Order: sequence, then structure tokens, then C-alpha cells
Amino acid sequence: MTAIADTGMSGRTSLDGAVLGPSLDPVWGEGGGADPRLRVVGAALFALLVVALQHLPALLAALAMAGGAAVTVRLPLGATVRRLLAMDGFMVLALASLPFTVPGAPLAVGGMALPPLSAPGTWQALTILAKANAVMLMTLALVGALGPVRLGRTLARLGAPDKLVHLFLFTVRYLDVLNREYRRLRTAMRARGFVAGANRHTWRSIGWLFGMLMVRSLERSERIAAAMRCRGFTGRFPNLADDRPLSARDWGIGLAALAAMAALGLVDVLW
Amino acid sequence: MVSGPLFRLTGVSFAYDRGTPVLDAADFSLWPGDTVALTGPNGVGKTTLFHLMVGLLRPASGTVEAFGAVRRREKDFHAVRARAGLLFQDSDDQLFCPTVAEDVAFGPLNLGKSPAEARRIADATLDAVGLHGLAGRVTHTLSGGQKRLAALAAVLAMEPDVLLLDEPTNALDAETQERLTAILAGLPQAKVIISHDDAFLRRLATRWVRLDGGRLVEDG
Repeated sequence: MTAIADTGMSGRTSLDGAVLGPSLDPVWGEGGGADPRLRVVGAALFALLVVALQHLPALLAALAMAGGAAVTVRLPLGATVRRLLAMDGFMVLALASLPFTVPGAPLAVGGMALPPLSAPGTWQALTILAKANAVMLMTLALVGALGPVRLGRTLARLGAPDKLVHLFLFTVRYLDVLNREYRRLRTAMRARGFVAGANRHTWRSIGWLFGMLMVRSLERSERIAAAMRCRGFTGRFPNLADDRPLSARDWGIGLAALAAMAALGLVDVLW
Repeated sequence: MVSGPLFRLTGVSFAYDRGTPVLDAADFSLWPGDTVALTGPNGVGKTTLFHLMVGLLRPASGTVEAFGAVRRREKDFHAVRARAGLLFQDSDDQLFCPTVAEDVAFGPLNLGKSPAEARRIADATLDAVGLHGLAGRVTHTLSGGQKRLAALAAVLAMEPDVLLLDEPTNALDAETQERLTAILAGLPQAKVIISHDDAFLRRLATRWVRLDGGRLVEDG
């Protein structure tokens, strides 16, 4: 258990709920849980479906499904709400302007018409809000808890191009190194009295800072490549990924999810 | 086993830019059981010598003989790199996999070990350097000392016959330095150690070699 207590990423894996199975082995990314491929594919299909929905009952059902998934994997309430609100913040302007700009009959609430607000515009705004939050919530529940490393591996197993997956994983690995390099240089600049302002000296210095970061990154990438060659790398990554096929339980969960989504689509079409 | 030297460099010259040679007809041999302290001022070409030995750089002239054969082309050096483990100065250069365990397993997998075998080797090697609990950690969350030990484990997992250690104790706290020294002292491999820390070198070295003016000189 010490390995688990020590694992930086396992804080995320512990979010896996009972239905999706126990968390994966923190060392080798394997274990008894539902196949991560199911989560990624499921989230993608759900997003496609929800975007296509037309009617309010189906949308509310989709929101409820996403909420159910979030509860099942025990997403932390506070952090999740903050993330959803952050996304909604981006849409505020568009949503607020829709009721005023979409032509149509004025919105009536309890028999009283509210002339500047159009009914179709208000519906559109609410629809967009519901769709976006349902998709986001489901993505957080299914994909967010995977963590970047397992997400990368899962994408590879789903047939994403190797180069893209490696780019993704190398980014995860070296983002922090580059950021520290940036902060070190920046601190060194401050230590010599540099204060950013709107003048030529500032622009030139910042330009040199980023130029130096590029040079260092390039040199580092060469050193990393050299270190990889020293350990026998000849251009192909050995595959440590878990090649376990889908289990009967995985199939069960996958089919149940498909059935739920089909029902959702049916409700929307028949309404 | 090879009865001759593990490495024999003869008349090796190398320059990054013309006119300022780093190595100038340098000779160097490494024998089984040696622990060579490689010293010399900063920027004199000690790291360059390591890179020449494992074929990351090619000499302008002279020959690099390793494990009983002259090595010239990239392909010749694949076998050399499997048997001579190079520990880099900056462990961030060496650890590139998402997790420590995968990083340690990377070398064995490249050597054609099965995933199950590679895992077993990785776990055993991490145990040996005292990092067992960190196997699942994401490498960039490790401390500097843990990174160095993980990088050493990554090198040891390939079961090399020679260790080329480039400033292994650089920027380590006293405790980690002590741990590393103890681990290194217990390893049977022939070693070449670049370091500016004489106290550390005195505890391990059986031979002292100084790189100066492009030549390697036996030193006491």
C-alpha cells in the first residue's frame, strides 16, 4: 500500500467508483476496473448524441445521466461546480444576447409577455446551456478522472497515431521542466533588477528570455534523445501498454451505456 | 567475459569546432574491476569522452574499441550501449517516461525482454536502489535526489558491465549522496566517474585519470 500512498497520480484513480470498478494498479496502469477505452469512447459518443438532441425532456435526461455518472465516480462537488461555472462563464455573453437577438414571439411567463425577450431565443440559450453542461459533466466524470498519462495510453490503444500520443505524453512529462526553467530565468532577471514595463528594454529582454527557452528546450530534447539511445532506443517504442481485451464485465457496462444512450435518442425523436 | 580491456580508445581526437580540439590523440583503457576517477577542469571534455565511448559522438580520428571489438558505425554501438550504462548529469534528461517504473523498464524492453520480465527487472532494480515505493510516481514529481536514484536504476536495469557516471553526486544533499555512494560501492561493474568531489572519489576510485589539454594522464 505504500506504493499507492506515494503515488502522485493515484489521487485521481481513487475517484473510480464502485460501478466502474476498483482503481487501476498505480504502477502499471492495470487492474480490475472498467477498461479506460470504454470511458473515452463513451464520453465521445455521449457528446455527439447530446449535441444532436432537440427537445427539453431528452436534454434533462442527458443532464441527469451525466449527473449520475459524476455521482458514481464520486467527482468532488466543489471542484466540479467550479469547472462547470468556468466553462459557463465563457458562454455568458452569447447566452445573454440570444433572447434579445433571435427573432420570434415574445417570451411569456405565466401569461405575462416580456416583449424584449423572444421565446425561441430563450429556448436556444437554455438548450445550449444544458447541452454544454451535460457534455462537460460526463467528460469530467469519465475522462477527467483518468489522468493525462492513462488518457495518453488509452488513446494509443484506441488507435490514435503514435506520434500524437508521444507528443502528448512528452508534453505531460516536460511541461513542468520547461516551466521551472522559465521561472528560474525569470527569477534571475528579477534578481538583477528587471521590472517588466511597456518599453523597448522589456520587450527585448522578454524576447531573449523566450529565445533562450527555445534554445534550451532544443538542447534538452537532444540530450533526451541521446539518453534514450543509450538505453537501446532505435526509433520504436516498446509497448508496455496493457493489451488486456475487454472483459465480459466491460462488455456489460459498455452495452448498458449504449442502451441508455439509445433510449435517450429515442425519447428525443419520439417526443 | 572479455579478457582484454572493456574499453580501449587509441589516438582519439574530437573537436566541436575546428581549431579548438577537445580531445587530441587521447588514449584510454578501462579494465574489469577498475573504478576510474576522471577529473579535469569544467568544459575540458570529460562528458565528451563518455559520449565518444558509447557512440553518441564519433571521433574525427582514432579508434574506439569496446568489449573486444572496434566500433565505428551507429549499429556497432547498439551493443556497446547495452553493456555500458551512461548516467547523465541532469536526470531530467534521462527520465522521460510518465512513471518511474516505466522508465526503468524502458531499457530492458529495448533489449528485447518481455513486458513481464521487464516489470520484474524494474521492480527488483527499484528495490535495489531503495525506491520501491516510488514505482508508480510520475517522474516530474520526484525530488532531485529521487530522480538521480531513479535514473541510476534505469541504467542498472540494463545489467551493464560498465558504468559511466557523469557527476553522479552533483547537487545532491549529504544523505542522498551517502546513499548513492553506498550503492555504487556495492556494484561490481567497472566504473568511470566524472566528479569534482574529491572526498567522494577517494572512497571509490582505484585509478585517477586527468583530462587536460586534450590528453588523458594517469594521475597518482
